[in-house]
Amino acid sequence: MKATTIERIEDKLYQNRYLVDTGRPHITVRPHLSPSPNLLALTQICPAKCYEVNEIGQVAIVSDGCLECGTCRVLCEASGDIKWNYPRGGFGVLFKFG
Amino acid sequence: MTKSKFDAIVIGAGMSGNAAAYSMARRGLKVLQLERGEHSGSKNVQGAILYANMLEAIIPNFRDDAPLERHLVEQRFWLMDDSSHTGVHYRSDDFNELKPNRYTIIRAQFDKWFSSKVREAGGTVLCETTATKLARDRSGSVIGVYTDREGGVILADVVVLAEGVNGLLGTRAGLRDMPKPESVALAVKEMHFMPEEVIAERFGLTGGEGCVIEAGGTISRGMAGLGFLYTNKESISVGIGCLVSGLAESMENPYRLLDAFKQHPSIRPLLAGSEIKEYAAHLIPEGGFKAIPQLFGNGWVVVGDAAQLNNAVHREGSNLAMTSGLMAGEAIFQIKSRGGLMTKHNLSLYKGMLDKSFVMKDLMKHKDLPSLLHTDSHNFFMTYPTLISQAAQNFVRVDGAPKINREKATAASFINARSRWGLISDAVRSAVSWR
Ligand SMILES: Cc1cc2nc3c(=O)[nH]c(=O)nc-3n(C[C@H](O)[C@H](O)[C@H](O)COP(=O)(O)OP(=O)(O)OC[C@H]3O[C@@H](n4cnc5c(N)ncnc54)[C@H](O)[C@@H]3O)c2cc1C
Ligand code: SF4
Repeated sequence: MKATTIERIEDKLYQNRYLVDTGRPHITVRPHLSPSPNLLALTQICPAKCYEVNEIGQVAIVSDGCLECGTCRVLCEASGDIKWNYPRGGFGVLFKFG
Repeated sequence: MTKSKFDAIVIGAGMSGNAAAYSMARRGLKVLQLERGEHSGSKNVQGAILYANMLEAIIPNFRDDAPLERHLVEQRFWLMDDSSHTGVHYRSDDFNELKPNRYTIIRAQFDKWFSSKVREAGGTVLCETTATKLARDRSGSVIGVYTDREGGVILADVVVLAEGVNGLLGTRAGLRDMPKPESVALAVKEMHFMPEEVIAERFGLTGGEGCVIEAGGTISRGMAGLGFLYTNKESISVGIGCLVSGLAESMENPYRLLDAFKQHPSIRPLLAGSEIKEYAAHLIPEGGFKAIPQLFGNGWVVVGDAAQLNNAVHREGSNLAMTSGLMAGEAIFQIKSRGGLMTKHNLSLYKGMLDKSFVMKDLMKHKDLPSLLHTDSHNFFMTYPTLISQAAQNFVRVDGAPKINREKATAASFINARSRWGLISDAVRSAVSWR
């Protein structure tokens, strides 16, 4: 018997504590015509599902739920696809357990 | 404060930074430690197994007040296919010793405790402060750091970069390269809470005993990766990690991998009825010996994960981080106490100490394994686990077929899947990289 419950990422992130630095996203995506393969990969492999393809076919980020893992930085910073920074001191995800 | 000069500034209050800051502060050096989290530990993620010897070398009586969860008496290694696991379990009452060898911990709590020791020893710890840039003089020597707080540069004789796997300062200053997708794994992890008695019963534990499971196989869907399940006092840490390059190629979704791992028939009953209280993600340096960057220069040293000092084969990182932090602190103290400057030449003392320690020796031993697992991940994580499961089932199932037929079928399945030559070559390459 295989269980079929699918957990939603939103429910997972809901458990976490965050202090969002409103209006100062720490990651931004460079505007583009069509996304690079690595940028597109982020829509699947970002563990907080921060990246999504928008109506005009660009990859866009909402970094509020970001876990600050750095995966997108390792894949897409060097090419200039994204700009990556830590949130300001004290902001961002606040792990209770880690 | 910005006007005075420090003997050392430590960037980061994780395992390596706390070890470095503590070892220098306790010897009377004027130490400033910067941590971007709300408190030390609030940004950090680990499995987490703590290796006692390395902490004991820094704080001998840590057992008196450190937040420890369970001491480990049992370790299970599981090779999994979709419906089974083949396991090696090691359990020994010898681990119920006066000073246990390994404990599970919860990093956010542990780092807070470690940081309090730095303060007690006289170090200045500034949280909620991100170091944004290294300050350098005309010759390129590091002389301090800028932060996201008001005020200009903070000066020091030496900066200890203990900034973890994502260290921005060192990479942006060109002191080392950014980690490559094939040399870091992304791990996702959840904290599952349940009553202490339930954990004790499910894992056959009494008192403060603990058990951990490390699992490889089809759970990582052909990518180089591992799952883990660690018992804490009232919770279970469960997670899975895969190389970022593997994830990017396969476009597998890490939280779905974790969900599938949790739903595996061998794991599900262990977690049944739990309450999930946190979901976290973090990178693990997996490049091994060949990925280690330059470790010291004029006015700086790098320690821990930032320097890729992480033994992915044995799932050890925090102990290498603590040891490298301690050695950096000791080297800086020695140079200082003989009136030396923090030049590249003098700071090579730190590298010398590391080379003599288990840190470099262990990483050297497995230097070829990361690339082997990377290039051959499908065989190691899909083909073999499936074959081994079939072989075990062939061995165990009794259905009237003669044993000789079953053994022949097992051998044939291995040869079909990998060919004789493939099997031999995999075995030789694994043995050589393990040696
Ligand atoms: C899921 C998982 C399981 C693991 N399991 C184990 C295990 O069981 N046993 C084991 O020994 N190891 C394990 N490890 C590895 C271990 O966690 C690391 O090796 C160890 O934490 C490295 O310590 P560190 O001090 O180098 O880095 P970190 O602990 O990551 O600390 C870096 C610190 O620097 C701070 N920082 C970074 N940049 C700045 C800046 N610019 N300004 C201010 N502060 C900054 C961060 O907030 C952080 O506190 C695991 C890792 C993961 C992700
Ligand atoms: S840092 Fe990690 S969690 Fe945050 S956006 Fe990048 S991949 Fe997603």
